[in-house]
Amino acid sequence: MLRFILQRLLLLPLLLFVFSVVVFLLVQAPPGDFLTSYLATLASSGSSVDQAQVDALTKQFGLDQPFHVQYIRWMEGLGRGDLGLSLEYQRPNMELIGERLLLTVLLALFAFVFTWVIAIPAGIYSATHQNSILDYVFTLLNYIGVATPNFMLALILMWVAFSSFGVSVTGLFSREYEQAPWSLARFIDLLQHIWLPMIILGIAGTARLMRVMRANLLDELNKPYVVAARARGLSEWRLVLKYPVRLAINPLVSTIGWYLPQLFSGSLIVATVMNLPNIGPMLLRALVQQDMYLAGSILLIYCFLTIIGTLISDILLAWLDPRIRMENA
Amino acid sequence: MNHATPLLSVHNLQVQFFMDEGIVQAVDGVSFDVFPRQVFGIVGESGCGKSVTMKAILQILEPPGRIVKGEILLNRNGSTIDLAKLNPNGKEMRDIRGAQIALIPQEPMSSFSPVHTVGDQIIEAIRLHQPVHARAARQIALEMFRDVGIPMPEQRLDEYAWQLSGGLRQRAMIAMALSCHPRLLIADEPTTAIDVTTQAQILRLLRKLQEEHHTAIIFITHDLGVIAQMADYVQVMYLGLVMEEGPVDAIFHAPKHPYTQALLRSIPSVHSTPRVNLPTISGSIPHPFNRPSGCPFHPRCPQFIAGKCDKHIPPLRSVGGVQAAACVLYHDVEVPR
Ligand SMILES: Nc1ncnc2c1ncn2[C@@H]1O[C@H](COP(=O)(O)OP(=O)(O)O)[C@@H](O)[C@H]1O
Ligand code: SF4
Ligand SMILES: [Mg+2]
Repeated sequence: MLRFILQRLLLLPLLLFVFSVVVFLLVQAPPGDFLTSYLATLASSGSSVDQAQVDALTKQFGLDQPFHVQYIRWMEGLGRGDLGLSLEYQRPNMELIGERLLLTVLLALFAFVFTWVIAIPAGIYSATHQNSILDYVFTLLNYIGVATPNFMLALILMWVAFSSFGVSVTGLFSREYEQAPWSLARFIDLLQHIWLPMIILGIAGTARLMRVMRANLLDELNKPYVVAARARGLSEWRLVLKYPVRLAINPLVSTIGWYLPQLFSGSLIVATVMNLPNIGPMLLRALVQQDMYLAGSILLIYCFLTIIGTLISDILLAWLDPRIRMENA
Repeated sequence: MNHATPLLSVHNLQVQFFMDEGIVQAVDGVSFDVFPRQVFGIVGESGCGKSVTMKAILQILEPPGRIVKGEILLNRNGSTIDLAKLNPNGKEMRDIRGAQIALIPQEPMSSFSPVHTVGDQIIEAIRLHQPVHARAARQIALEMFRDVGIPMPEQRLDEYAWQLSGGLRQRAMIAMALSCHPRLLIADEPTTAIDVTTQAQILRLLRKLQEEHHTAIIFITHDLGVIAQMADYVQVMYLGLVMEEGPVDAIFHAPKHPYTQALLRSIPSVHSTPRVNLPTISGSIPHPFNRPSGCPFHPRCPQFIAGKCDKHIPPLRSVGGVQAAACVLYHDVEVPR
């Protein structure tokens, strides 16, 4: 088990190296660079910059250097824990990403917990009360949940909140806390705002997870080991929770790994619509502006989180399922 | 043979599965008595309702299956209770399961959870019915493992079922079933899917334990050869109905029902020439939605009498003194059932 984790951890730098090359290639791929798109934006608004300033910027960021030189510059920075300067904002990327990343991760975790806390019990109920009225209600809600795009749900809920209660539910903070430093009051303010985006982001995942849980559990419920447990006189709910639920959840654990990054990227449109101080809109803007070090850093962090997420779910799975644990021992 | 009161008495049990496509009559009026210390054999081809009958007795039928009629009388210290009337999930029924009547399920290979140790599940069974702490329960489990001949019991208790061989798994299952000293043990095809040598060992073990613990056994199999070694009394089932019943010698040496005769012809014997294909019963078991009218065996019966066998279901009637058969050859039926 320990060896298995170590193996995976040793693989981490190699994976990150491969991903960093791919990421850098991708953000470099569009024609032109930051300056061409920057100048185009300026030109379309009627102003212009003098050539000397352009040359200075080109030199500072090494935009005239070949690909590998630029890549090595970026890597050197990363080695020192420096994500580089944003071309557009002229501020360290670390600073720009930091708080947004924290909020993004927080929101993703909230949505994740929401999804599991709702989906697993509901899935268990549906499977153990197959074809009951509530099972049908869940099924209907599931279809709606899966079929409604989350930005649409966001728009509808925002409209309902605004038209019937006169409150605006955008953002993650009230105005007075937006720029404030972290404090308990700010955190409470965050909690008061985060639940709506949490539900909106989590609802489709909840619906899907509930369906999968229901199907998995139905598969397990009449397995011989359940019949045997019933035959030795175990009460029904204790039995269901101890045996088939455990086996039905195991395969779901392996989905945690790709669930987290998916929540990140899936939140882009919702974040834009709801004006959330998330990382999604920032990534979009960085890509459009060809702010390559900013975009590259964000994408690399995504990759890192994905790898970590997969590692965590692998460890969880090995911990839960002795068959996998012993195979890797 | 036994004039005591029966331990378990099943009367006219009917079980149906209410499917979207229609109703499946899985058990269609089965009756039998099991006496203390008796080994009661039930034999029949796959799908004839053996397992469903046992699940009905334990009240662990899975939906959409339901007992629609009949009594399941269990004698407990002189008083009888009708299990069919108990709430399947109620405390009273749960206290009987595992403690009074224990089951060795049909599929020993997958009857242990793969993510819990064997010991975990046996200790659970013990603690459900005996007021002992975990440590004492583990001691009992160890004793049981020794009794059923599992080598290195201490170590085996902490292993998972998939780490054990087929024979060991079945022994562990037997240990679990006997751990609470049930008065009746239901062994549902306990030797299917086990190689022949192990099969013989398991049968001997069951016989030995049965004598030591004075347990009554309902022994289910599709293999008449196994029944001959194990049972005192035999019931032959076909499509949810009893075709013939009687003491094991009578069934083997003087089978009356054409179905029993056909079954007997299809088992190998020491007298038959090797490498000659055994006669099989012609035709196949009808689909449950397509039950034949009259005698359920008539489409495959070599002695079928048109206009008679397909009219009414022949009732089970005594023939030749000790046994009973449900066949028009032995008594004309005029009364519709
Ligand atoms: N879960 C179920 N759903 C529907 N029908 C079932 C179910 N279990 C058993 N049956 C029906 O009951 C019949 C008897 O099954 P069973 O008792 O398992 O046979 P066997 O004699 O091989 O143990 C089957 O042929 C089938 O039609
Ligand atoms: S009743 Fe008729 S069909 Fe049925 S077993 Fe007897 S002879 Fe054969
Ligand atoms: Mg069966």
